[in-house]
Amino acid sequence: MRNNIRVLIAKPGLDGHDRGAKVVARALRDAGMEVIYTGLRQTPTMVAEAALQEDVDIVGLSILSGAHMALVPRIMEALRRRGLGDLPVFLGGIIPSDDLPELRAMGITAVFGPGTETRAIIDHIRETLRGRAGVTGT
Amino acid sequence: MSQARRCLPDGPELATAALSGDRRAKARLLTLVENGHPEGRIALATLSPRAGQAHIVGFTGSTGAGKSTLVGHVAREFRSRGLKVAVVAVDPTSTLSGGALLGDRLRMRDLFEDPDVFIRSMASRGHPGGIAHATRDVVTVLDALGTPVILLETVGAGQAQVDVARLAHTVVLVEAPGMGDDVQALKAGLMEVADIIVVNKSDRPEARRTLQMLRSARLERPQAEATEVDAAVDWEVPILEVSALEARGIDDLVAVIDSHRGYLEASGLWQSLRVAHVRAEVETWLQRHLQELIDTRLDGTALDAAVGSVLNGNQDPEAVARTLLRDLLEGFATDARTTVQAEEEV
Repeated sequence: MRNNIRVLIAKPGLDGHDRGAKVVARALRDAGMEVIYTGLRQTPTMVAEAALQEDVDIVGLSILSGAHMALVPRIMEALRRRGLGDLPVFLGGIIPSDDLPELRAMGITAVFGPGTETRAIIDHIRETLRGRAGVTGT
Repeated sequence: MSQARRCLPDGPELATAALSGDRRAKARLLTLVENGHPEGRIALATLSPRAGQAHIVGFTGSTGAGKSTLVGHVAREFRSRGLKVAVVAVDPTSTLSGGALLGDRLRMRDLFEDPDVFIRSMASRGHPGGIAHATRDVVTVLDALGTPVILLETVGAGQAQVDVARLAHTVVLVEAPGMGDDVQALKAGLMEVADIIVVNKSDRPEARRTLQMLRSARLERPQAEATEVDAAVDWEVPILEVSALEARGIDDLVAVIDSHRGYLEASGLWQSLRVAHVRAEVETWLQRHLQELIDTRLDGTALDAAVGSVLNGNQDPEAVARTLLRDLLEGFATDARTTVQAEEEV
């Protein structure tokens, strides 16, 4: 019986910078996780559908466009509508610290800015999923 | 944190919910089945009798041939004919970390918002045949849940990854132009199992040459290479050109996929394939049980002793492995008898 952590890495919104998302996706792969990478310009529906169909344990969003305060609530709502309101979601990108409390209130588990060590993201995922049924750390 | 995700999975409950159209239950069920979870096995046993209706179409070919993009277009074409579609896309697991980057969805983005297309990415998890061990089980679940068309995309495959033929009704081999004269030699294994050959990227100038080369390679195929199935039937393997980039030739391809199904049904091969697929399924389970036996029951001390006796020159590796296996199987038989007795006593 195997039990890899499954992570969705998605890039919602219109900015075309996916280098960060790719670096994270690869680091998570190298940490033994199965990473579903959906590419650029995802709508909130696309992100939520991918999370549902792939039955992921956690979602990572990369947003560099500054539209996070508009996109995050719509994604959380799309997840809730599919019965996935309990799915942990973390955020990476350029996020002003003023927005952090509100993002937390929306249910974002962590926010990673530029220069974050990929180790910190790996640790966050493992920590968040620890003790969860069906998930054993790798 | 999450009650729903924390509670223990119940296979039969998930199966019932999935049958009634709960897509989240379906996704969760596929995870259990993929992980070989005991509840997944129970659910699979409940669902298996419902399987056998879907047309399973495998897409194989080398990395970068354009399989994912093409599968996306084919899925859309089937949707336009009013059929629900599932896509199972397999990507390789890293042998170093055990992790995987599953990037096939990336090429199918137009389908993400259609609730009647269910896309599931799978990591190969160390299985060498171009699909994962559990791919068959995942396909069986989707089939049992009433998906009429299941498109199965293998990892970028070369000569030996012919497992897709043990699972699919119709195997589509996707070639890209520019493989030159080496194609025939490189792809002998896959060419043999292909029911349809597609030259993708027909927007490129070299495509025409690859097409001609493949057509002449088929004509020159020696009789000795023809398999039993080939000999029994008269399906002329069509060689088509498409451009997944420009979405050209897709309707022709889907028409040919459809006519292959019609041909299988008319010739009685649909039924014999079902027999072959079930046989392959049983064989797969035999191998998995054997592997599990080795993984979980092999006594470390006995293994060390065996290695020692090879190093001492007393025995050769083949002989010690045989002895170890005999002991394992004896233990397995004894356990099985004990279990049966215990159940009878209850």
